[in-house]
Parts: sequence; C-alpha cells; structure tokens
Amino acid sequence: MKVLLPIERTAGEERALVGGKALALARLGTAGFNIPQALCVTTEAYSRFVDSGGLRAAIARELGRKRFEDMRWEEIWDAALRIRTLFDRTAWPVDLGSALRDGIRSVFGDRPVAVRSSAPGEDGVKASFAGLHESFLNVKGPDAVLDSVRRVFASLWSDRALLYRKELGLTPTGSEMAVLVQEMVPSERSGVVFGVSPFDADAAVVESVWGLNEGLVDGTVEPDRWTIRRSTGKVVDHHAPVREKRVVPGPAGTVLADLPPDVSVRPPISEDEACDVFRLALAAEQFFGSPQDVEWCIAKGVLHVLQSRPVTTRATPDGSDNRSWYLSLKRSFGNLKNLRARVEGELLPAMGREAEALVSADLPALADAELAEEIRRREGAVKKWEGIYKSEFIPLAHGVRLFGQFYNDAVAPADPFEFTLLLSGTGMLSLERNALLGELAERLRTERNLAERVGSGGRGDTDFESRVGHLFLEYGDFFGSAGSEAGRRGVLSLLLEMSRRPPGASRGSAEDGAARRDRFLSRFDGESRSFAGDLLELARDCYRLRDDDNICLGRLHSALARAVEEQGRRASGGPWDGVVRTGPGDTIETLNEPSDPPGGEIPPVMETSSFLQRDRQLVGHPAGPGYARGPARVVRKTADLFALRAGEVLVCDAVDPNMTFAIPLASAVVERRGGMLIHGAIIAREYGIPCVTGVPDAVYRIRTGDTVSVDGYVGIVTRFGKEAPCDMPGAERR
Amino acid sequence: MEDAPALERIVRELLASQRLAVLATEAQGKPYASLIAFAAGPDLKTLVFATPRPTRKYSNLAENSKVSLLVDNRGNREEDFAEAAAATILGIAREATGEERESCLAVFLGKHPYLSSFARSPNCAIFRVDVEAYYVVNRFQSVSELHVRR
Repeated sequence: MKVLLPIERTAGEERALVGGKALALARLGTAGFNIPQALCVTTEAYSRFVDSGGLRAAIARELGRKRFEDMRWEEIWDAALRIRTLFDRTAWPVDLGSALRDGIRSVFGDRPVAVRSSAPGEDGVKASFAGLHESFLNVKGPDAVLDSVRRVFASLWSDRALLYRKELGLTPTGSEMAVLVQEMVPSERSGVVFGVSPFDADAAVVESVWGLNEGLVDGTVEPDRWTIRRSTGKVVDHHAPVREKRVVPGPAGTVLADLPPDVSVRPPISEDEACDVFRLALAAEQFFGSPQDVEWCIAKGVLHVLQSRPVTTRATPDGSDNRSWYLSLKRSFGNLKNLRARVEGELLPAMGREAEALVSADLPALADAELAEEIRRREGAVKKWEGIYKSEFIPLAHGVRLFGQFYNDAVAPADPFEFTLLLSGTGMLSLERNALLGELAERLRTERNLAERVGSGGRGDTDFESRVGHLFLEYGDFFGSAGSEAGRRGVLSLLLEMSRRPPGASRGSAEDGAARRDRFLSRFDGESRSFAGDLLELARDCYRLRDDDNICLGRLHSALARAVEEQGRRASGGPWDGVVRTGPGDTIETLNEPSDPPGGEIPPVMETSSFLQRDRQLVGHPAGPGYARGPARVVRKTADLFALRAGEVLVCDAVDPNMTFAIPLASAVVERRGGMLIHGAIIAREYGIPCVTGVPDAVYRIRTGDTVSVDGYVGIVTRFGKEAPCDMPGAERR
Repeated sequence: MEDAPALERIVRELLASQRLAVLATEAQGKPYASLIAFAAGPDLKTLVFATPRPTRKYSNLAENSKVSLLVDNRGNREEDFAEAAAATILGIAREATGEERESCLAVFLGKHPYLSSFARSPNCAIFRVDVEAYYVVNRFQSVSELHVRR
C-alpha cells in the first residue's frame, strides 16, 4: 500500500501515483537541488478515500445530471460546491487516516507545512495547471493537515478545474489527485522565474516579492521584475513596483501585512541574486530537457526550489480559448469589496439616472425624426449597460460564492446551500415592488365592490388608480406593455388572481434572518468574527445588488420597448431606416454569461419517422426545496404570464426580473436557465416555493395544462399523462 | 436531455449491444419476471424471443398478452448511476406461427446463432412482441418516452 511516500522515494514512481509536482521536485532533489522536506499523499490514498465514501458515484451523479457541455458555468459552480461539501463530510477510512496521521506526525510533528496539489495531469508539457487547484500554507498538526489534504482532493472538482480540463479535452470522471505535504520554508523573500518569456524567446523573467510566494501567485502583491537575456545571462531590465505589502505566516494560514518603510524602499533581491535565480531555472531546464517555470524562495540566504514545471505556451490563435477566464473565476475579498463599492456607489446610481432620464421623455410629443433619434439613444443605452452588466454586475455573484464556501468550511452543513438563508431580507427592489403589489391585492381581497369593478374592466377609486400608476412609474412597466391597455389589464388580472388567495400565503423566511446571522457569527471570536461579519455583509450586499441591477436593466429595456411601441403606432417609412424594430413583448431575455450555451430558442426535435417522444421525468438542479403538483403554465411571451392562475406551476426559459411579482401565485417554478443564485431561485427561496432550474428546453418539453410535479429537494420535474398501455389496441385479456 | 433522434439511437444501441432482457408477464394478478434472450427487428417496432411451452411465462402469456421488458447496459459499478442507460419496453406478445415463425426465427438466430438447437426444437414457441413504447432512462433519473407510430 503506497498511500504516503517520503519525497526521497518518490523520484522513481509513476506520475499517475504521485502527480506532476511531486515527481518533478523529487527528481530535482535526487539531482542535488535544494528542495524542502516533503511527503507525498498518493493517488492511491485519493482512490481509497473516494471509494470508501462512495464519492465516485456521487461525483458522477452530480456531473451527469445533464450533458457537461449543456451546463452553464453557474451550474458547474453549484455542482462543484455540492461535491466539495461531500468531501468535507466524508470521514477518512480509519486505517488510511491513521496511516497518514502517523506518517505526517513522525516527519513534521506540529511544525507548519504547505499542502499543495500534485495532480497527475498537471504540470505536464502539454497542460500546465498552475494555480488551478488549491494550496494551503502554514498548516499545523496532522489533523489540520488531513483536513487540508481533503480540500485539495476536492479542488480537483472545482468549477475552474472542471472547465479547464474540459477545455483540454480531459474527462472529468477519470481524474485523480495526489498531494504534496511540504515543510514550510520560513522565507524572507520569494518569487517565480519564467525560463522563457512568453513575449521573447531569448529572455527569461524573474519576479520577486517580500515574504511568502502566495501573494505573488494570487496577484495580491505586485512583484519586482527582472528581464534577463538568456544568451548572455545579463539583466537587461528591472521593473520596480510600489512595494506596500507582503504575505507572512499568521497564527494559522497566512496574512497580508504592511511592509515596514525601511524594507519597502529596497527590492527583495539584488541583481546578482536575480542572476542566481535565473541560473537555477537554467539548471532545471538542463536537467529536465525543456525550459522550466520555477517557484523559489530564499531563507537565511539559501535558495530553495518550491516547485518546477515545464513552460507551456498558451496558443490562442482564434481567441476561443477560455482558460484564462476560467482561472479568473476566483476573486479575492479585496477585489470584490472594490467591485461592490463601484457598483453601489457609481454604476447603479448612474444606471438609475439614465433610466429615469429616458423614461421622462414625452414620446407622443416627439416628431418622427426625433422619435427615431430617441430610439437610437435608448438602444445605445441598453447596449452600453448590458456590457457593464456582464463585466461588472455578474461578477458580484462571486461575493455570494466566496461567502458560501466560507460558510460551508466553517459549518459543514448537510445542505450546501444553507448559507443562502443568511442572505434574505435584504430589501431588494423586487421585494419592495412585490410588497406594493401585495397591498393592491389586499384591497381587492377585502373590498368586493372594487374587485368587481376592476374585474369587469372598470377603473378603481382614486387611491387604487394612483397606486397602480405609482407601480408602473416606479418599477417600470411589465414586459414593456405599460401605457397599453392590454398590459394594464394583464397586470390587474394577475392582481385579482392574487387577491383570491388567502392573505399571508407567502412564506418568506426573512424573520429568521437576523437570528440565523447571530448564530453563525457566534461560532467565531475576535478577528475571525469581524472577518466573518465583513464577508457576510459583502455577500448580502452582492446578493441585493445582483437583484437591483436586474430591476434597473428591466427599466432600460422597457424604456426602449415603449419608444418602439410608439414608433409602431405611427405610419411606416420616413426616418425609420436603420432603426431596429423590436416588438414589445419580446423583452423576456436571458443575459448569458460567457459559458452560457445558447438555449431556449430552438425547440428540440420530438419525433422521428418511427417514434413520437414524450418526456416523463426531467432532471434539473434542486434550487428551492419543497414539493408541489399542479397544472403547468408555460410562459414563452408576455401575455402567457398574465394568464397565470394561483396554484399553477410556472414554467419558463428564465425568470425575467419583471416576472418576479407573479411568482407568489405559482405553486412551483421550473426554468431552463440553471443555477442556485439566479433570479428565479432567489425569489422562489424567498417565498418558500419549490424550484427546479436548469431543465433543458423546459418550455418545449412541458405544455400548458400538463399536470406536473416539481421536486425541489432533488431537482426533478415529472409530467403526468395517461399511461399508454391502458389503451393499447389489440391487447387481449382472457 | 436528448431529442427524439438521439433517444432512438440510444434504444438502437441498447437493443444491439445487450443479449438478455428481463421479461415481465402477469396472470391472475401475479406479476412474474424472467431473463430471456431477445432480438429486435430493424425498425425497432418488434422484438422476438423464444420460450419452451411448459414454462410459467408461456402460460402467463396465454392468459395476458401485455408484457413489459427491461433492457439495460449496467456494469454493476458505481458509475452506473450516472452512466448506465435502460429501456423499459411496453408491448403485446403473441406466438408467431407458420411463415411468420420462420422470419422471426431468422431475426432471433441472426443475433443468437448458438441458441439454434434450443430455438428450433419443436416444443419451443417463438414470440413476437409488438412494441408500443420505449421508456428510456439515463443520467440516473432522466426519463423520456418514445411511442411507436403505427
């Protein structure tokens, strides 16, 4: 049984057993390079761990709900989080756990170590996985090391790793992971040397920071950078940054600390030392027979190799390589705090002002030419803000994700999405709007005369009408149909439907929010508590802002739709050349993230010459717990939603921000677009309504009137129909 | 989730790759499952199997011609939950006689030549199943039905 190998005995082993990083280091060690003392937890240990816990089947099931290429990045993230939780909750088999614990204790005792991934597929010549999997620094004691090893195992299944391997054509389920447990070198200075610059074949680049390498590798500390001519070994350029921070060991893990002023004025290494580092890379290159990127550090004047991997070129001839984007899927707390400030302080207010300015124009008063100009202006605004939406607003989701991971690490809950309960009650615009709708429905519920008048197409009293007016003014029109009588009637018919439900039918969990938050924070003390609090606050803000931006974008869309509607009322011809006619009612749309496959537009082929297809059980993602059964209401266009009746199952491509007000009427929500943190799922959870997302072609495979059941616990939608065998012709029963 | 042509391919591959199916019959309210060798017609609308007459399935079929069969490609591994596909088949079975018996035998022995003496023995009945529908299950819980057009 080879579950744990000292690094000295690793050099002769297979890459499949010890992984690329451990193998390269071990070989350098035997050749006399200065490497830290280390142990390798092999892929055999990984296999025994996942097999004992039944994790292989669980992983295959998580990734097999639908074809991998059909999964949006958000869905992959959700699956990755579930898998990570499974790893966290799986205990080490007793004999394996004690073998590892004893081995680690005998070599390191309670001395701090670094726990690094060493995947067999990584650090090969063809595929460099630098920074793809997790590493943990300054881990102390065998139990903490084993926890970190388990997390490194799980990082094989992170969204980044899954997407990256897919890009390289590696199958997800065949992957395994070894882990390197490395003595922490108490280095004052560290860095990376790139054996060959990606921009100049005769140049090598040495980067260096004060403190530990982590700050350089994850981009939080900007390095000094020397360019060295490979042919001469001479430094040809030195770029010095403003040096402010360094990463140093904390009580556990690492912390980012300010550089003392007398240190920050000096580069971490001298030019001679930069040349030493370059010669180290050259020696590694000669040893391995190909140029190397080497992570190094200097402790007490001695140069150490932390890891070495072949230089890989990332050719992107057609720009279709998304790997760098996948690697960017992890954002730091600081980065997200800046983003929050920018979105909340600048972007959202600016977007709101722009929407307001557009809405205030008196469209009927415009001459034709002016109206054409106004449409172009609105199109421009929509396009601009959609761009910002993708680049600035969507990444806010990472704030929620970062917290989710933190919560799961701290609490290890059975439900990996339990953390979303701490996010609710943030006063989202859509909930405010829905509250206003609730008030109107309440009046219709309690005042029969008013309901009858409105129901027969008449007007309500002044108060009622002014509130309806306020609703349209404040929250944009629903599906671009404000001002039109059909739109008004549609919304009122939904309000009447809401009024027929008993009051308080919504089951929001907001009242539990504060208590839940307190309970969560009480797990921590001191600095950890204030960090947990900050992270939670960031997540709650991101969650709220992610909804507000949708509402705001909805206003812009409806402003455009209204101008186009006005255009439609006028005669054709004239100044309309070059103005795109988008019909109102076509504004239900999905803003895709880069990896969101186009969906919902092309109906699937449901028959062949021999067979007719009927779907019985559709598998999606469990996005809101609960179970409900009822008639389906398939919403493909605006008017479909106005026909929604209480108790129906809302089936749609994606819950548009403007659709959320109708959700409390539905007994369950099914949508094509996948993810736990998307609109439909968020609102359904707020109201305690069962929700399944990521159901392929939902609006085509389910028809209005079908009896369906929605199991939001496991993510399954079932269509009921008459069973074929009962009416099979020619059946004989004697 | 697959569309109809893809589902038809899955069924075709299952029926071609698997030699055995579970056959469910029923009589007097008592269901009964047995393992049989089967072969499928080229249009997937008929299946053929053989059974000696003094068997429970034969007497059940004499009483109730409605049958269900299960064909799957599981390998008895954990990965089956995500990777295996199964087709539950609904149809009507009747014994083939005369010329039809010969053509059904040809289909059956085309797939199972080693069962020739068994299938050709005088007391072995050849059954033809007219398929009404395939219920295809894959990805653990994804279920789509293919109903035969007649």
